[in-house]
Amino acid sequence: MLTVGATGVLRASWLLLAFPAFGAAVLLLGGRRTDRWGHLLGVLMPLASFVYAVIAFFTLLGETDRSRDLHMFSYIPVGGFQVNMGILLDPLSISFALLITGVGSLIHIYSVGYMSHDSDRRRFFGYMNLFLAAMLLLVLADNYLGLYIGWEGVGLASYLLIGFWQYKNSAAVAAKKAFIANRVGDAGLSLAIMLMFAEFGTVSFTGVFGTVKAGGSGVATALGLLLLLGACGKSAQVPLQSWLLDAMEGPTPVSALIHAATMVTAGVYLLVRSNPILALSGTARLAITVVGAVTLLFGALIGCAKDDIKKALAGSTMSQIGYMTLAAGLGPAGYVFAIAHLIAHGFFKAGLFLGAGSVMHGMDDEVNMRRYGGLARYMPVTFATFGLGYLAIIGIPPFSGFFTKDPIIEAAWDKGGTSGAILATCAILGAGITAFYMTRVMLMTYFGKKRWSAEKEPHPHESPGVMTWPMILLAVGSVGAGAFLILGQRFENFLGPVTGLPPVAHGIWSVPGEIALALALCGVGLAWFMYGRVPVPAEAPAGSFPVVAGRKDLYGDAFNESVLMRPGQWLTRLSVYFDNRGIDGLVNTMAALIGGSSGRLRRMQTGFVRSYALSMFFGAGLLVLLLLVVRL
Amino acid sequence: MSPLDYVTLAVILFVIGAAGVLIRRNAIIIFMCIELMLNACNLAFVAFASMHGNLNGQVIAFFVMVVAAAEVVVGLAILMAVFRARKSASVDDANLLKY
Repeated sequence: MLTVGATGVLRASWLLLAFPAFGAAVLLLGGRRTDRWGHLLGVLMPLASFVYAVIAFFTLLGETDRSRDLHMFSYIPVGGFQVNMGILLDPLSISFALLITGVGSLIHIYSVGYMSHDSDRRRFFGYMNLFLAAMLLLVLADNYLGLYIGWEGVGLASYLLIGFWQYKNSAAVAAKKAFIANRVGDAGLSLAIMLMFAEFGTVSFTGVFGTVKAGGSGVATALGLLLLLGACGKSAQVPLQSWLLDAMEGPTPVSALIHAATMVTAGVYLLVRSNPILALSGTARLAITVVGAVTLLFGALIGCAKDDIKKALAGSTMSQIGYMTLAAGLGPAGYVFAIAHLIAHGFFKAGLFLGAGSVMHGMDDEVNMRRYGGLARYMPVTFATFGLGYLAIIGIPPFSGFFTKDPIIEAAWDKGGTSGAILATCAILGAGITAFYMTRVMLMTYFGKKRWSAEKEPHPHESPGVMTWPMILLAVGSVGAGAFLILGQRFENFLGPVTGLPPVAHGIWSVPGEIALALALCGVGLAWFMYGRVPVPAEAPAGSFPVVAGRKDLYGDAFNESVLMRPGQWLTRLSVYFDNRGIDGLVNTMAALIGGSSGRLRRMQTGFVRSYALSMFFGAGLLVLLLLVVRL
Repeated sequence: MSPLDYVTLAVILFVIGAAGVLIRRNAIIIFMCIELMLNACNLAFVAFASMHGNLNGQVIAFFVMVVAAAEVVVGLAILMAVFRARKSASVDDANLLKY
């Protein structure tokens, strides 16, 4: 697909970034003066971006070559290294831009209600706008360096928003953990960019994708693996997954926007955007599929054991992004479906999180599902939208998840060989486990007897309109997005020019898909058997080994601590010890040496004039002797 | 009587003066011995001047005499000041500049 310079309306595409950046600047620099109307500006800016994104989308649809590049400015004009900042509008980036601004605007509107009792609401909107600006830069940049700037920006925004309630120690620690885990991934991405510059002399997409063939498969494999490391950090894939569950310390709109719909999907964007590099390296693609498969089971197992509603949904997010990563590793057969699932997931997961927030709002900020029960009657709208999201995520036709998840399972199966069979098995198993834990969440929260906490005495009530309308609109997406994208190969044809078309056309129904659906229904049945028929205990019972493991995040934290943290601490303590005893000892010994010798030498100053005279006499005699010797 | 004999005498006088500076305790005696050393030098210079047949040595002897006079003035002034403070003319008693 040919990329030409932007013309007409698209020349103003920098507005997509400028609106939220302006909002962030005004709200964060303006301070308390903007408190009264800050939230309104905070909502207006994403909406303005969304309006422009829609205009840009329809403008792009009218073109034959749907790829426009707007050159903004020259960022680094240094001799051999030229980096120009520009905005690339093509099907991939405009899809992301629509998702980010659309779902983002809905979540901003929801936050007006959710954060209405918080005195720092204006600062919250400032950070959220900052996040939107950085995320849009990430997906719209036309070079890897611009992408990296956005990448770092969303990491920063995530840190600021997870630790929004700074006075809570758990939130501050979680924010640090998220940032540090991200940083490890960022090292991978920055190494990839450095490698690109070293090998190709350029970091722009057109430059790199044009010359990557000349580098050979070794360079492509190295790049692919480094980009995978970056994606793991940002998207919470194994081995950098430990931060996502702790990130639930942030306010629920943050969890919905950043840790469900958008930021965690940046890794998938990176991999799909880099498809020309991945096309040259089978090793990298295999590694990506393995990471995806492992994570989708990992997240699903964690989600089964968590009693905290947000943590269960976070495990679900980890798992669904595992699906997307798995699809991204399958090559052109999977890229389209990865992004389609990403968009559908954005709708239903954001809807689920907003629903969880609505439940928490009504239950006095209680998150423990063992203290819920029977809420369907008290919160009908929340129950309905949450339920639609639930049906979408477990893959029941005709909701979104069915249309977007099944092609991934089929593509994995079609890969063939042992790897294809193993991947497809993992994906199908994951579907079953997903159905199980989501049904568990539904049953524990909305059905059954009331197990409400006696100390808090909540009075559950439906949330106000400013919170329910976004949930309703997201539920529309949960219902229809999948069918809209997949039926008639609509999204395949739209995204195909960027990623390559899937080689085999899939029907709606297929054998692996049907097995997955059957397993999902079994999962629903099992969850009903365990949680629907018998009353749920209000105190968590001592579980079997898998349950205990799941509650401890499958020992992810324990692993990080023992393998990375303790050796690191040991190393730093060793260095400190060596510095104190070794280096300081050396310096102090030298000083003591000089001090000691000076103590001895000063005894020469006796104060007796005659002994000084004797020294002078001897010196003079020595000089005369030397003169005589020279003469002779 | 060759000029070398005069130089020999100057050396003997110098050694006696040096020994006196090192051995004697009384400050005034030490000054006298320093004068003795200076005069021994003068004698040696004049003897060499006679040996070389020019007046360089004698001119230097004049300079040395002037310097010796000035030095005696200053030295005796210092000795007076120390004597007033310490009530003793022994150089061993002025030993406070020590470790």
